Amino acid sequence: MWNIYLRAKEISGCGISGIIHRKGELIPGEMIIKSICCQYERGNGLGAGFAAYGIYPEFKDFYALHVMGQCRESLERVEEFLHKRTYVSFQEPIPTRRVKTIKNPPLFKRYFVRPKFEGEIVEAEDGQSEDDFMVNLVMEINEKISGAYVISSGKNMGVFKGVGFPDEIAEFFRIDEYQAYIWTAHNRFPTNTPGWWGGAHPFTLLDWSIVHNGEISSYGTNKRYLELFGYKCTLLTDTEVVAYILDLLIRRHGLPLELACKVMAPPFWIEIDEMDEEDRELYTALRMVYGGAVLNGPFAILFAYNGGLVGLNDRVKLRPLVVANKGDLYVMGSEEAAIRTILPDPERVWAPKAGEPVIVEMEEATIPNQKSYLKVRPKEEREDALRIGSYPLSLFTSK
Amino acid sequence: MPLELEVTPFHYSQVNKIIREHISKGEREFVLRGVNGHRYLFAGVSAEVSAVIYGTPGLDLGAFMRGPVIRVFGSVQDGAGNTMDHGKIIVHGMAGDVIGYAMRGGKIHIFGDVGYRVGIHMKAYMDKVPVIIIGGKAGDFLGEYMAGGIIILLGMNTIYPERPIAGLFLGTGMHGGAIYIRGKVRENQLGLGLKPYALDSDDEKLLESYLKEYCDDFGLDISEILKEDFIKIIPYTHRPYGKLYAY
Amino acid sequence: MSTPIFANFHPDFYVERLWDKCIKCKRCIRECTYGVHIWDEKKKTLKEDHTKCVGCHRCSAMCPTNALIIRRHPSDFREHALWTPWFIKNIYKQADQGGVLLTSTGCALPYKNYFDHLVIDACQVTNPPIDPLREPMELRTFIGPKPEAVEVEEVNGRFRLKKKLPPVIRIEVPIMFAGMSYGAISLHVHQGLARAARDLGTLYNTGEGGLHASLYEYGANTIVQCASGRFGLHIDYLNAGVAIEIKIGQGAKPGIGGHLPGEKVTEEISKTRMIPVGSDALSPAPHHDIYSIEDLRGLIFALKEATEYKKLVFVKIAAVHNVAAIASGIVRAGADAVVIDGLKGGTGASPTMFRDNIGIPIELAISAVDKRLREEGIRHRTSIIASGGIRCSADVVKAIALGADAVYIGTAALIACGCTMCQRCHTGKCPWGIATNNPELMKRLPPEVAYEKIYNLVKGWAHEIKEMLGAMGINSIESLKGNRDKLRAVGLTREEMEILEVKHAGE
Repeated sequence: MWNIYLRAKEISGCGISGIIHRKGELIPGEMIIKSICCQYERGNGLGAGFAAYGIYPEFKDFYALHVMGQCRESLERVEEFLHKRTYVSFQEPIPTRRVKTIKNPPLFKRYFVRPKFEGEIVEAEDGQSEDDFMVNLVMEINEKISGAYVISSGKNMGVFKGVGFPDEIAEFFRIDEYQAYIWTAHNRFPTNTPGWWGGAHPFTLLDWSIVHNGEISSYGTNKRYLELFGYKCTLLTDTEVVAYILDLLIRRHGLPLELACKVMAPPFWIEIDEMDEEDRELYTALRMVYGGAVLNGPFAILFAYNGGLVGLNDRVKLRPLVVANKGDLYVMGSEEAAIRTILPDPERVWAPKAGEPVIVEMEEATIPNQKSYLKVRPKEEREDALRIGSYPLSLFTSK
Repeated sequence: MPLELEVTPFHYSQVNKIIREHISKGEREFVLRGVNGHRYLFAGVSAEVSAVIYGTPGLDLGAFMRGPVIRVFGSVQDGAGNTMDHGKIIVHGMAGDVIGYAMRGGKIHIFGDVGYRVGIHMKAYMDKVPVIIIGGKAGDFLGEYMAGGIIILLGMNTIYPERPIAGLFLGTGMHGGAIYIRGKVRENQLGLGLKPYALDSDDEKLLESYLKEYCDDFGLDISEILKEDFIKIIPYTHRPYGKLYAY
Repeated sequence: MSTPIFANFHPDFYVERLWDKCIKCKRCIRECTYGVHIWDEKKKTLKEDHTKCVGCHRCSAMCPTNALIIRRHPSDFREHALWTPWFIKNIYKQADQGGVLLTSTGCALPYKNYFDHLVIDACQVTNPPIDPLREPMELRTFIGPKPEAVEVEEVNGRFRLKKKLPPVIRIEVPIMFAGMSYGAISLHVHQGLARAARDLGTLYNTGEGGLHASLYEYGANTIVQCASGRFGLHIDYLNAGVAIEIKIGQGAKPGIGGHLPGEKVTEEISKTRMIPVGSDALSPAPHHDIYSIEDLRGLIFALKEATEYKKLVFVKIAAVHNVAAIASGIVRAGADAVVIDGLKGGTGASPTMFRDNIGIPIELAISAVDKRLREEGIRHRTSIIASGGIRCSADVVKAIALGADAVYIGTAALIACGCTMCQRCHTGKCPWGIATNNPELMKRLPPEVAYEKIYNLVKGWAHEIKEMLGAMGINSIESLKGNRDKLRAVGLTREEMEILEVKHAGE
């Protein structure tokens, strides 16, 4: 049995790479493999993974579930569950190759599904969005079906990850056979060895995928903060809190992506104190309200979604991050070498400022179901019973 | 011309805001109609203004205020004159519990009865002496913990003919100030160690001047009030609990 | 035959005079406020009344030739694990005087001190410690309610706040000074605290005795207290600071009110408090306008109305069994900050039984309150200020990691001013000039000295906190708040660890 709910928080160092084409041209898997393998020394063979966007154009409107099973029965249980709760349009084993060094890998299948709202079989609450439905579904599978684990669940994207060096994992999952308009990759150096495939990066929530280098020292605070909003940090990885914070800030609170990044890596007070009044108020408010969402400690993260790739550093630059572009092709990585190995003659190479996000979004209407997070969006309806000015007495409950 | 406000539809904080705005613009007289349960009216207002209130103001009328003279045609609820500093509250009806709590100055004149714990912890310094005059009867703990000030209890305009003029534990723990009572109280009503005294001529002069103002406020005849003798209750020591501790 | 005073047969301390050093200058006589040192005119020599010595060490500190040593009195009782000298002597005192035992400072019994069973994390290899000497390290903290989310709008390509946030108080170090009344401590200490608060960018608290005219200029760094005695409480006072603290209770004496013994009610104090000179300033156990939680809401909004919603209102309670539920009610009643004062909280006068036996330890209370407010989704609507027994900067770090936003210190600030913890504040005779307003004794601690010592203390602590944050790999205090991951227990039971939500060391 896999021990998904680890007792202790994982600690790991890493290397990361990401590629995006702004016009949606497809990038062969070969490129991302080369880039991440160039950073071979940053891992220790205990985890690697890839996220690819745009790989399932024929099922672009379906949630693609990549499911890992310990054995045939656990996958059968997942299938039974999926048929009850979703419309499964197509399913197949994820193609793999035999790799000498990978012994007894788990089984992998992918399912293309849509939520099944109507009927008596599921109780779907009014107004529950498809995304919420899928998030709950995935959590339920991970929590309740032993031996099965959903690795990714976004539309037109998928994650391939496991225990091994990046070249081994790429070989195993036949990454070279895919083409994508966004790629991210991870090479892992964990200090503890739970030795399970789900612990590798990228970590996902719907079409958000995250690869992360560093350890977030504020994990305890972030975890407790997220619990306030109903997120259960069960995987005990830093990366998980990043995903939930993004979901909270962007999807639920409607913050634009830049500001969400500024929440995670806030400017210093000495900088805020120098800002003009409007900015000072804004950034003071962000720090005051979202103190629990600050990612403190060393990190460089790449996160991707259907339509964009973002690189972000901690605010004192404790982890490296380099970005380069040539035309519409943008590459990010822990090392400049990882970029030059696939893009020998970039137009521009730069190291982003600490805490300054690099946000590369595709041109408008380039891909199906495209998302953009650069604008303010309506906040999710929630009653915050703030007090001054209007105090409905109903809010006051005597003990 | 006083500023007339019909406050029924407003929340108390809006009413107070309106009042404050007009005070800052120089308005000095207010008439509030339709008051019913509005809390904290004139709380913390520091200005020499006057107001007439029709209705039943809610909790803490005139709390912490310094200056306003408020006449209420109706009754007042608990906490009127809470920690009031200066000014006056005239109540044509009756009053709830804990009236004039920790009052530091000013006057509260009540036509009818009052509830429990009225005038507790009143204070005084030099010529800053708060005064509460009660036309009716009072509940228990009148003047509890008093450190200064004056309470005058008349027991005349009451709706409780069956009750004694004051409840139990009268002046319990008082270490300053004085309570004057028209008529008599039983000694077991008094707080521990207290005794009733007859009035001396200074007391009488003082009482008369306070009562004259009270009668003016309500159109009463002072001679009617003075027909009966008063007693005085004052602390027997300024340190009633001084022997409580072992050092 | 007169009744013997048993307590006098068994003095606590012994004053040893080194005759080869003593020059009979009589300085000790002038310094001692308890009458221990006596001049024998006949024999032209000094003698001592050991029974009066409280162990304050003023005489030995001031003796120009170092001729005095204060020791525990060497004459012992026969050992007995249960009937220790403490209990025996207390019984003598009460048998002699028939009263309630009165004492000062915080709980003196050796209950388990949870701070001493929690250890702090540090980075090694997998993430880097940060060097606070050369890299930024932020302690800025905001006290008060915050919305759950920030609403932003876009105007001309720039983001700005859609709705301004409700008022909050900014402090530059998460350490504030606890309420200690003018009366309990000297005006000079108040002045020192106020100035230190201003220069440190934090707040001091007036306590319940009103505010001296000389202190109004420190308003931006002042919390004024509204306790049940309502001493010195008028509209200018309420408007003087940035926050008003309703004191429901304090850790040193939960369930009873403030107590300033008549010995300390001097002419000046009488004027501020508006009570007769020499009378005991006894605050009622309850606020008589608060007999229930809805009444607390009544007072909170009376204060807010009176100050036109410009001031935050804190509510201070003693940590008692049901502290979590009570705190929740306080937040729902509209308090902008909840102050929790634990079992170890100090005081200038408390019945000994209360000081030593009532209340629960602050560490457990912080954890329970933080947890409850989180569960109810109202944590952001208030700040938690923890107080009672904070002795060093590590205690501050632990309190914040357990869920506090900031702490109050009281006793520590007084010790910084020279207090030797003789626990006789209630006598008004403080020989160090701290807990007294006797005009002669006050001179022993000028305001500038009080200021400098208190300022230095907090400055030192602030730097230590930065060092510890750096060691943990974080560079701003908000990432410590509620971060149980940074704490581990040593020698606690499963149950205690569950309440504190910490793992055991080694886990």
